[in-house]
Amino acid sequence: MLKTADVKTEALRRKGNNIRMSTRSLHLMLLPGLIILLIYNYLPMGGIVIAFQNYNIGLGIKAFWQSEWVGFSHFQRLFSSPDFTRALTNTLFIACGKIVLGFFVPIIISLLLNEVQVKWLKRSIQTTIYLPHFLSWVIMAGVLREVFAMDGVVNSLGHILFRAEPNFWLGDKKLFPWLMIVTDTLKEFGFGTVIYLAAITGIDPTLYEAAIVDGASRFKQTIHVTIPGMMPIIVLSMVLSLGNVLNAGFEQIFNLYSVPVYETGDIIDTLVYRISMQSGQYDFGTAVGLFKSFISMLLISLSYWLAYKLADYEIF
Amino acid sequence: MKKYYIYGSSYRIFTVFNYIILFLAAAVCILPLVNVFSISLSSPSRAVSGEVWLWPKDFTTEAYKWVLRSSDFWKAMIVSVKRVVLGTSISMIITILCAYPLSKKKEIFRVRTLYVWIFFITMLFSGGLVPTFLIVYYTGLIDTIWALVIPGAVNTWNIILMLNFFRRLPEELEEAAFLDGAGHWQILFRIFVPLSKPAIATIALFTIVNHWNAWFDGMLYMRKSFNYPLQTYLQSLLTIDISRYLTAEQQNIVAKLSPKTIRSAQVFIAAVPVLCVYPFLQKYFTSGLVLGSVKG
Repeated sequence: MLKTADVKTEALRRKGNNIRMSTRSLHLMLLPGLIILLIYNYLPMGGIVIAFQNYNIGLGIKAFWQSEWVGFSHFQRLFSSPDFTRALTNTLFIACGKIVLGFFVPIIISLLLNEVQVKWLKRSIQTTIYLPHFLSWVIMAGVLREVFAMDGVVNSLGHILFRAEPNFWLGDKKLFPWLMIVTDTLKEFGFGTVIYLAAITGIDPTLYEAAIVDGASRFKQTIHVTIPGMMPIIVLSMVLSLGNVLNAGFEQIFNLYSVPVYETGDIIDTLVYRISMQSGQYDFGTAVGLFKSFISMLLISLSYWLAYKLADYEIF
Repeated sequence: MKKYYIYGSSYRIFTVFNYIILFLAAAVCILPLVNVFSISLSSPSRAVSGEVWLWPKDFTTEAYKWVLRSSDFWKAMIVSVKRVVLGTSISMIITILCAYPLSKKKEIFRVRTLYVWIFFITMLFSGGLVPTFLIVYYTGLIDTIWALVIPGAVNTWNIILMLNFFRRLPEELEEAAFLDGAGHWQILFRIFVPLSKPAIATIALFTIVNHWNAWFDGMLYMRKSFNYPLQTYLQSLLTIDISRYLTAEQQNIVAKLSPKTIRSAQVFIAAVPVLCVYPFLQKYFTSGLVLGSVKG
C-alpha cells in the first residue's frame, strides 16, 4: 500500500539527480544575513589595519588607508607595558580558575541531582539554580555589590558567626580574582548541569539493569555506568573550554572592579576598553585587542579540531 | 528506574548529605536575590544598618515609587522594549532564512560549504572593539535604535540550532511538496516553519532575554544617555554616586530614601521581565539545548 506521496518520492528517487530544485532562492535567503555579516563582521576584520597605523580620526573614513603606517610599533609598546603584562597575567589566572571550577561543579551537581528521586524537589532545585544564568551581569553586579557591601549581609553574617570585622570584599585586591571566579561559577553552574543531565537521561537503562544483576551498588553504578555515559559530553566541554583561556569575563569584571583592585582584577578586555574608549587611543587599543583575538582564534581552532578528533563533534 | 536501585544504609546517609548540599547550592543562587529584594522594601535606616536579611524591616514601597516616578527610567524602558521587539523579530527572520539553505545537503546545495565557512570564520575571529565601533559609527547607526539591533542580528549559534532542527524533519515531506510544485520559499514557510515551532520558540525566548540583558552596546553606541536601554541606564546608575547627579529637590527625597534601597529597587525592577519569561524559558530550553548539541 503506497501512498501517493511515496509513489511520487519513488519516482523522484529513480530519476536520481536529474531533477534538482533551482538553488537561486537558497542564495536569496542567505543574502540578508550575509550582508550584515559582511558589514558588521568582515569590515571590522579589515579595520584591524589601524593597529599598524597612527590612526588619525580627523581624516574621517579615509583614515583607514591614509593614516601613517607604523608597522609593529604599537605591539612593541604593548609588550613593554607593565599594564599589559599585568592584565595578561590576571586574565589567565581568572579565566583558568573559572574554567576549572566551572568544569567540576556542574558535573558534581548533576550527579547529585541524578540521585534525587522526589521529582518535584528535583525540579524545584533545577529551577532555582538555573535562574542566575538568565540575569544580566548588570543585575548580578547590583546584587553582589549589596551583598558584599560594608553594610551588606555577608559582613553581618561573618560578624555573627565568627565575630569578624567588616571587610570591603570587592575592594580587597587579594580576594578580588577569587571572588570573580566564585561568583561567576555561582551564576553559571546551574545552567551548566543542563547538558550533563541530558546526557544522563540518554543512558541506556538496560546498562543499569545489567549492573544491578551483577550486584553493583548505587555508588558503583554511578562509577561504572553514569560517568562513562557522560564521558563524551565531559570531554567535549573540557576541549571547548580551551577557547576561553583568554576570556576572563568582561561584563562581570567591568561591573564589579574599581581602581584599588586593578592590580589583580584588570583584564585584557577591560584594559582595551579603557585604552580605546576612555583615553581615545584607538590604534593602540586595537593592537591590544588584536593580540587577544589572534591568540583566541588559535585556541578556538585548536579546540574545535580536538573536539572533532576526540568526540566527532562538528559544528555545522 | 526507581525499582532498580539497591538501597543500603550508607545510601540513606548519602541521601541526607546529598539534600544538604543541593539545598545549599540552591540557597546560594536564590538568597542573594531575596536579600536584595527585602532591602528594596525596607526602610532606609534599617537597610543601611545591615539588619535586613530575608524579610523586609519596616515595610515600605517608597523606593519603588521613587524609581517609577523618574522619567529617565521610563525612557530607558521604552528603548529596551523597542530593541527587544525589533531585535528579536529581525534576528529570528535572519536565523530562519539562513538556517534553511545551510540545512541542505551538499548534493542539493553545492556552494553550502563556502557559505558555512563564511559563517564559521566569524565564530573564530572578530575585528574587536574599536574596528566594530568605527564601522557602526561610519554606517551612521550611532544614537539610533538600529545600533542595538543590526550589528548583532546574525547569531551563528542560533542558526546552527535551527538548522539542526530542520535537518531532523523527514526528507519525504520536502520531496513530496516539491513534486506538488512548491518552491523553496513555500517549503520553508508552509512546512518547515510550522513544524519547527518548539525550536523557534526556544530561540526566540533566548533572543528576547539576550536583548533585554544587553547593556554594553548601549553604552558604546549611545552617546546621549536618554537613548540608553534599561540595562545600560541601570549600569550607569550603579557605577556612579547617585547623589551627585540629582537636582536639589530630588536630593531631598533621596536623603530620606538612602540610595541603597533605591539601587536595590532598580536592580529588582530590571530583573522582573526576565523573571516573567523564565517559566516559559525553562519549559523550552532543555529540549532546545539538547537539540543543538546532537547532530541531526
